[in-house]
Formats: sequence, C-alpha cells, structure tokens
Amino acid sequence: MKGPSFLRTVRLGVSSLLLHKLRSLLTTLGVLFGTSSVIAMLAIGEGASEEAQEQIRQLGSRNVILRSVKPREDFATGQQAVRVVKYGLTEEDLARVDETFPAVARVVPVREIYEEVRKGERAMNPRVLATLPVYRDVTGRILAEGRFLADADLAHTANVCVLSDEVAHYLFPFESPLDQEIKIGGDYYTVVGTLLSRVRPASDAAPAGKSTSEVFIPLETGQKWYGSMQVKLRAGSREMEEVDLHEIVVEASSAEDVPLVASACREMLTRNHTQSDYELVVPLELLLRAEATKRIFNIVLGSIASISLLVGGIGIMNVMLATVTERTREIGIRRALGAKRRHIVMQFLVETVVLSVGGGLLGVALGLVIPAIVEATADMRTIVTPSAPLLAFLISAGVGVVFGLYPAARAARMDPVEALRHE
Amino acid sequence: MRSTEARALPPVAELEHVTRTYRMGANEVRALDGLSFVFGRGEYWAVMGSSGSGKSTLLNVLGCLDRPSAGRYRIDGADVSALTDDELSEIRSAKLGFVFQSYNLIPQLDVLENILVPLFYQDEPPAGAEQRARALAERVGLGDRLAHRPMELSGGQQQRVAIARALVNEPSLILADEATGNLDSHTALEILTLLDELHAEGKTIIVVTHEPDVGARAQHVLRLKDGRIESVVRDQNSAPVVDPLPDETGVQRR
Repeated sequence: MKGPSFLRTVRLGVSSLLLHKLRSLLTTLGVLFGTSSVIAMLAIGEGASEEAQEQIRQLGSRNVILRSVKPREDFATGQQAVRVVKYGLTEEDLARVDETFPAVARVVPVREIYEEVRKGERAMNPRVLATLPVYRDVTGRILAEGRFLADADLAHTANVCVLSDEVAHYLFPFESPLDQEIKIGGDYYTVVGTLLSRVRPASDAAPAGKSTSEVFIPLETGQKWYGSMQVKLRAGSREMEEVDLHEIVVEASSAEDVPLVASACREMLTRNHTQSDYELVVPLELLLRAEATKRIFNIVLGSIASISLLVGGIGIMNVMLATVTERTREIGIRRALGAKRRHIVMQFLVETVVLSVGGGLLGVALGLVIPAIVEATADMRTIVTPSAPLLAFLISAGVGVVFGLYPAARAARMDPVEALRHE
Repeated sequence: MRSTEARALPPVAELEHVTRTYRMGANEVRALDGLSFVFGRGEYWAVMGSSGSGKSTLLNVLGCLDRPSAGRYRIDGADVSALTDDELSEIRSAKLGFVFQSYNLIPQLDVLENILVPLFYQDEPPAGAEQRARALAERVGLGDRLAHRPMELSGGQQQRVAIARALVNEPSLILADEATGNLDSHTALEILTLLDELHAEGKTIIVVTHEPDVGARAQHVLRLKDGRIESVVRDQNSAPVVDPLPDETGVQRR
C-alpha cells in the first residue's frame, strides 16, 4: 500500500485508543469473553469426547457385545418374598453365534457370579466373571503381573483367578497377590495374575463409571460350583435368578464386518427371545454415535460462541460509531490535509481491528487458563488443540474487519467542509 | 513584488466565472455568483466581507474542499474544477497549506507528529521529512516542545504548530481562515507577524477574515458581497510595515 505505512497507521490507532483507556478496555470485553469461551468450550468438548472415544475403543471396535438384562418387572413386586426369575442369554444363543454366523472370528461367553470376595478381614463385591482364556485377547485387556486364565485351568476346572488392579490393591495392599489365596463365596482360589483396570464405558444400561473391579475365574469352574441358578440378595427380599450367560463377546473378522455381525446378532436375538432380556452393545456404533454427538456438540458450542462474538462485534461497532461522530473534526482536518477516503477507512478499520484483536489476544490467554482450571478442579479432561487459539484469534480479527467496515465507511463518506465545521 | 517570477509561472489560483450554489430546502442559495479573479504568485491577500458574503465558500473552493457548481478553478495553471475526490485530496496534500481559526491540531498526536500529518498522506513521503518538520517547529519557535500534545500548549503556540504544519509540504498556496479569531490581540499580532514573514519569503497567502485589523496587514484586499466582488484594493500599504514588537526580530524585507 502506498501512502502512510501500515505500521504507522497501527501505531496511530493504538495511540487513539489509549486516549480512552477504560472505554477501549470495556469495548474489548465482548470479544474477549467470546474468544475465551470458544477456546474453553472447544477444549472441554474435545476432552470429553476424547475420553468417551477412548472408553469405547477399549471395548474393542471389532466386537459386538451381547448382554443379559433383567427384564422390567411389570407385576407383583414385593408380593413374593422368594421367586425365580429366568432370563438372559442362553447356551443356545452362544452355539448359534459360534456355529452359524459368518465373519465371526471368536466368541467368548461370560458368566457373572454374585459372590463376595474375601482375603482375611478384607471383603469386597467385585464383578466375578467366569470366562475363557481368549477373553483377555478379544477385549484387549493388559496383563499387569503373572498370567491370564489358561486352557489347562479350564480342563482341570482349576480354582485359579485373575484380579483386576483395583481388587488386587484392595485385597493385597502390601504384598504381591501372586500365588496367594482368596475366598470367593465359600471356595478358595489361587491368584495367578492381575490385569490393568480400565474405565467402564457408558452403555445403554449404565452410565460411564470410574473403573471396574473384576475377578476372573475359568468358565468351567464357575459353572461347576455355582450353576446357573443364583441367589441375589436385595433389600428385604431374596431373589433367585436363572441366567445361563451374562455376556457374549463376539469378535468380527474385521471392522468392516461389524455392522453385518451386529445385525445378525440382533436378528437372532429378536427371533429367539420372547422378552427383551438382552442388550446389544456395538462399540463401533457407539463410536460413530459419539462422533455424531461431538459434531452436534460442536455446532451448538459454535453457535453459542458465534453469538457471543456477534454481540462483542456489535459492541465494538457501537463504540466505533460513537468514536467516528466524536472525531468528525479530526476526520475533517485529515481530509483537508490531504487524506483520501481510503486513508480514513484504513485508519478506522485498523483501529477497530486493533480493538478486536486486542480482545482476541486477551481472550486466547483467558481461554487457555480456563481449561487448566477446569482440569484442576473438576477432574475433567480438556484438550486444547493448537488450531483452537488460532481459530479464535482469526475470528476476532475477522469480527474487527466486519464490524469496523461500516463505521469506517461512514467516517470516509463525510464531507470535509461539513466535518471541519463540526463542533 | 516579484514581477519576473510572477510572469514566468502561471498564477497560483485562477477563478473563472465560479459559481457555487446550495440547496436550502426549497430555495437555491448562490454563495458564489460567477466570480472571476486571479491570485498572483507571492501575493498576500485578505478576503473580507460580512457573514454570508461567500468568503467561506470561496475559501473552500480555493482549498479544493469544495467544487464549484459552474466555472473553472485552476491551481498553478491546472484545472481542478472537475477532479475526483481522490485527485482533490492529492492536490490538497501537494499544493495547499491550511491554517484554521480553531487551530485544528489532532489531539492524540504530539507537535512533531502534527506537523508531519500532511506528508503522512502523500504517496511518496519526501526524504528528510522529519528534519524538515523539526526545522519548521524551530522556525515558529517551538523547537523545545516537539513531544508536547496540543492540550499542553497555549492557543498561540497551537496556531504556530498549525502554521508549521501548513508549511511542511511546501505548498503553492497558504489559506488562513480567521487564523487569529480565537487569540488575544498580543498573540494575534505574533501570528500576523509570522504571516508577514512568510509573505516576505515569497509565499502566496490568502487570509479570510472579517477583522479590519487583520485585513489591514495584508498586501491586497478583496471584498465580497453576496457572492460577488464588491471591491479590490491593491498595495494598500505602500510603505512597509515594521512591527514594533520587542521580542520579534523579523523585519519586513520589502
């Protein structure tokens, strides 16, 4: 650009703004809070969705999980003190999936046993799961110490168990649990290994929990000692439950086959179950749904942020219009001394952009502090992607240009003679 | 008078049947009514007349702030009556220097920056602009106030800054609009002396005023009435005027 150098115009803008420090500061607040909320909301949203996606990925994106769900009791609650409820996945379901489904790599049945786990004085109620050795591989669990269940354990219906980290730490706070004995219900089991805990993901039935305490025993052992009929103690009543399998983890041959396997499972279950005593969890679908949710979330956040930036921009425009009126005489002087219309446009536009970018920079700073505070106080994960501050900064500069154009044009349109006469 | 120079170059400002009309509601007001006049190079004119005589409009036309509705206006021989807004801005920036009644300095700039404003808008600012501005500040007696803001200066000092600003682009024509109107008589005299000195240096100056004292200082007087020329007095002071101010060393060299 010919004529006054850009740098000098910026310096002029800054010195004009510094003439009214408080007004300039207050004017930038709108954009400041706009940009900081953009960054903070994006960081919190990104953190939450990342967390959700990680949990879903831990379930195994190639897996389809079938779970037994106790059907809703529409009748007779509290009428009988003792009753038997039979529901859930059956051995037949397992056989059908295992034998007839195409594109299925591995199938793992899981039974849950409602027994207390004790070690001396210490007792807890983890999920006791009877399953196959492949469970660890299919679900991608990581071994911390020792080994997982082995085929030999199954063959011998051995009384061995594997603890999740959390259980191990609670029952054996000061020593290694390996080769120690714990009591599950009435029987003693030898600990052969521990697994790293994982965060329990959200499903249709339950919200995401902190982490799960789990104890794994061989499927055969579970079947032998506890059978499919179990007593569940509830407040004031005992309840007999008959459940063959609590969970079937179906692993598809590849990620592309997951929808096929999922729909096959769904169809099979619908056909063979008269009541809705099952649920189907497809991590891949959850993943896709989480991504869709994230998109909606981003749109909502984006519109809130745009509204606040819009309001900030209008605030700036308002002040700039007042400034232009206030400085009509200055405009007249400058025009008389040789300033062209575009010089006046440039001067006020630069001044507006300096305001909004100033607010934007302060907003970026605040926007980086907020996620850190949230993370420290609310125990939420936040992720500030490098593009977020850049985006916020560019948007604030854009706000300055857009909302500065009208006041600047108005300044430039003034007739020099009229402007000079202005008091 | 510098007769040789005046003959070699075209006149500084030449008006040919210049008319300027305004609409005031349903009425049409003729602020300038077919005015023809030539302001020669190196001349010092006072344009006088009562309010409504058209002297302000004349000043606006002369200063390229306003365009004549009809007729021609030439600066340094170049017709400017049909130029665009941008081109007029360039003429103002290159050929004109303004001194206003209310000084019209820009409050957020210091003295040096204020003097530099006209150069700020030239497409190619001349080299050594800042030294020139410093020299001009020195010339008007404000060499030690360069970093002061207008608010920190007295009226007379502000008007000196304005004069320095009017000189920084080495204009062909200096236009002063009631330049002493806001000043006490002592300070006004200082400013008038400064204008006398500029005239003595060969600058072309047109002063618009309604004060007889100010008009009396000029070399020639043009009186307007109802947008027409009422009278023209040339060389009203045949004898050189020497200012009796004790603190001024500038003597009329005429």
